[in-house]
Amino acid sequence: MSRRNSRPLSLHIPEPPSRPGDEADFSHFEIPAAGVVARPDTAVAASEIRDMVHTLVRVLDDDGRAVGPWDPKLDADTLRQALRAMMLTRAFDERMYRQQRQGKTSFYMKCTGEEAVACAAAMAIDSDDMCFPTYRQQGLLVTRGYSMVDMMCQIYSNERDPLKGRQLPIMYSSKAAGFFSISGNLGTQVPQAVGWAMASAYSEDTRIAAAWTGEGATAEGDFHYAMTFATVYRAPVIINVVNNQWAISSYSGIAGGDEATFAARAIGYGMAGLRVDGNDFLAVYAATRWAAERARTNQGPTLIEHFTYRAEGHSTSDDPARYRPSEEAKRWPLGDPIERLKQHLVAIGEWDDERHAALGKELVEQGKAAGREAESYGTLSGENVVQADSMFEDVFKEVPWHLVEQRDQAEAERQAWHK
Amino acid sequence: MAQMNMIQALNSALDVMMERDPKVLTFGEDVGYFGGVFRVTDGLQKKYGLKRCFDTPIAEGGIVGVAVGMGAYGLRPVAEIQFADYIYPGLDQIISEAARLRYRTAGEFTSPITIRSPYGGGIYGGQTHSQSPEAIFTHVAGLKTVIPSTPYDAKGLLISAIEDDDPVMFFEPKRIYNGPFDGNHSRPVTPWAKHPASEVPEGHYSIPLGKAAVVREGGAVTVLAYGTMVHVAIGAAEATGIDAEVVDLRTIWPVDIETIEASVKKTGRCVIVHEATRTSGFGAELSALVQERCFYHLEAPIERVTGFDTPYPHSFEWNYFPGPIRVGSALRRVMEA
Ligand SMILES: Cc1ncc(C[n+]2csc(CCOP(=O)(O)OP(=O)(O)O)c2C)c(N)n1
Ligand SMILES: [Mg+2]
Repeated sequence: MSRRNSRPLSLHIPEPPSRPGDEADFSHFEIPAAGVVARPDTAVAASEIRDMVHTLVRVLDDDGRAVGPWDPKLDADTLRQALRAMMLTRAFDERMYRQQRQGKTSFYMKCTGEEAVACAAAMAIDSDDMCFPTYRQQGLLVTRGYSMVDMMCQIYSNERDPLKGRQLPIMYSSKAAGFFSISGNLGTQVPQAVGWAMASAYSEDTRIAAAWTGEGATAEGDFHYAMTFATVYRAPVIINVVNNQWAISSYSGIAGGDEATFAARAIGYGMAGLRVDGNDFLAVYAATRWAAERARTNQGPTLIEHFTYRAEGHSTSDDPARYRPSEEAKRWPLGDPIERLKQHLVAIGEWDDERHAALGKELVEQGKAAGREAESYGTLSGENVVQADSMFEDVFKEVPWHLVEQRDQAEAERQAWHK
Repeated sequence: MAQMNMIQALNSALDVMMERDPKVLTFGEDVGYFGGVFRVTDGLQKKYGLKRCFDTPIAEGGIVGVAVGMGAYGLRPVAEIQFADYIYPGLDQIISEAARLRYRTAGEFTSPITIRSPYGGGIYGGQTHSQSPEAIFTHVAGLKTVIPSTPYDAKGLLISAIEDDDPVMFFEPKRIYNGPFDGNHSRPVTPWAKHPASEVPEGHYSIPLGKAAVVREGGAVTVLAYGTMVHVAIGAAEATGIDAEVVDLRTIWPVDIETIEASVKKTGRCVIVHEATRTSGFGAELSALVQERCFYHLEAPIERVTGFDTPYPHSFEWNYFPGPIRVGSALRRVMEA
């Protein structure tokens, strides 16, 4: 058989620039200076701002100054509130990670380095807007003032667990906090957020929805269903892609990140897309405000890629030193979101090291007090977990005959076990 | 011979097959450099190179779909789905495509693919790291479904699955990756090293698909089980002192009907054990088969021992799991009937 191209084909398998033992390398990232990206009017057509997906909206510069058209010009009290929310999220993570290590629960996931992504969004949208998060947006609950004790009780599956011991730790759900039940199955929440937004528009409501997904999970079909439905129906929704560079051990190139940015996914669907410095609280805040305004004025959905870094392991079951250089986190060129906002507050004369240290202490104490209370209701490894017969409730609204029988069986087994 | 736990035995099966046959390759989420979240593909990328063992995007429909395409070309892909709980986005490619390709093309295109996936509970994994979805696949015409219960079987069966010319669903009981488990969760874990089936040949061998194994001989009652529950059933037989014959199905579809029939006709009693939810579980099919073929030999109603019909609850793992008490009381009931 003759072939015009007779050389053998070869299969391309992408690889990250560095692995354990190599120097961490971020030199391939193009990082524009803070303040250089223009801020389009929120009424702009998606087709007019395609270049936004290839750059990076940044507000905080290296000296902690807020610069450029995206500066949301927040007052000092709001900035301090933001700092507190991020620091509280981190203190909570530190504490619960330790509790898991001590065996008080089965599992935990931190969001270290990604606090701005959730905390800024929570401050930029209204408290009754609906969030469809992943497991890494605990900052939404913390910022919205949800009870830390309740979060801990969920993690301990104890007698006060709002989810009655049924869900893996950190898979929170709170209707009151506008926080949709976290699913273990990646990507499912994104089309659901679009559906919620469509329902809000259908009902002539004023509330909008926001979804979050990791960059890894954008490969799932669900993400692409969501993109199509959101643009077709101009759903009032913000679709946040948190590009923290890693999906467990797979670098972002495995999700297609070497060939195009995740924000660029928006273009193919005709959606507005932004790409922001995810470790810059002010940039995340400003981008979310921009997208929210579009949604609220019936301009439709926005995709926001948050360019950030997962500074720690995927979860308590993971050891990142097995697949990435251990000093990679320290080399991340966009810094730490808490440090950067602190630096800004200091630079504008609204904060200092003493107050920062005092706040840190206060938040640790707050976590300790919440921890003492939550643990008094039991821990997973302790005795007073939820009554097991409740596991047969809520499968359906009413308990059908077969579950009544199974509940009786479980009770008989429990008594036999304790004999 | 070498001593292996189930993870090492599965790794060895892949190693042997990749060594023998350049058409065999493996891929899945975190499978490449990292070697899989349960380390089943550990070292294979290093040994065979990037293109024979690699990471995939997080898209189970994509993973299965590309496996079908590679199979159509003539390769023998072994795709890993990280947890059986995440197989659902891949169902259309498995059910509508892989399973039917041979039939709808009159044998012109086939799907010689293997889909491996850890399944089952007992690790505090909550609703999405604990499920046992095997019955779904036995309901689909054109799929084989295999579930090993020891390192020795795991390797021999995985080799057969890879060599098989039809699509094989290969579910791995993750609770017993590192050691057998009789359901007594408060006792310390025993490693595989103490179990005779951890002696595994280093080279190629295979265990035929569709053949069960009688793992404990007995005359009073037949217990049909697979995966983790084989060990729970043996433990319950020992604890109750009942002379139970435990049949490890190994391949759940096509099931070894001859071994089942012979055993139940001998004992006259049958208890079916699986961890999956009860309703429309594979136990229902087994119960129907035994009733159809062994009715006049039965001295007691067939019993099913299963997980409850709820999502797998995180903190009530041991209330949910069909452990020694549930299996033991079913054994006693059929003996008293
Ligand atoms: C459907 C599905 N497939 C696979 C998994 C297993 N899994 C859990 S988290 C994860 C990585 C997700 O990475 P990414 O989307 O980037 O989010 P990140 O963890 O970085 O926040 C994987 C593969 C899952 N939970 N659901
Ligand atoms: Mg990620």
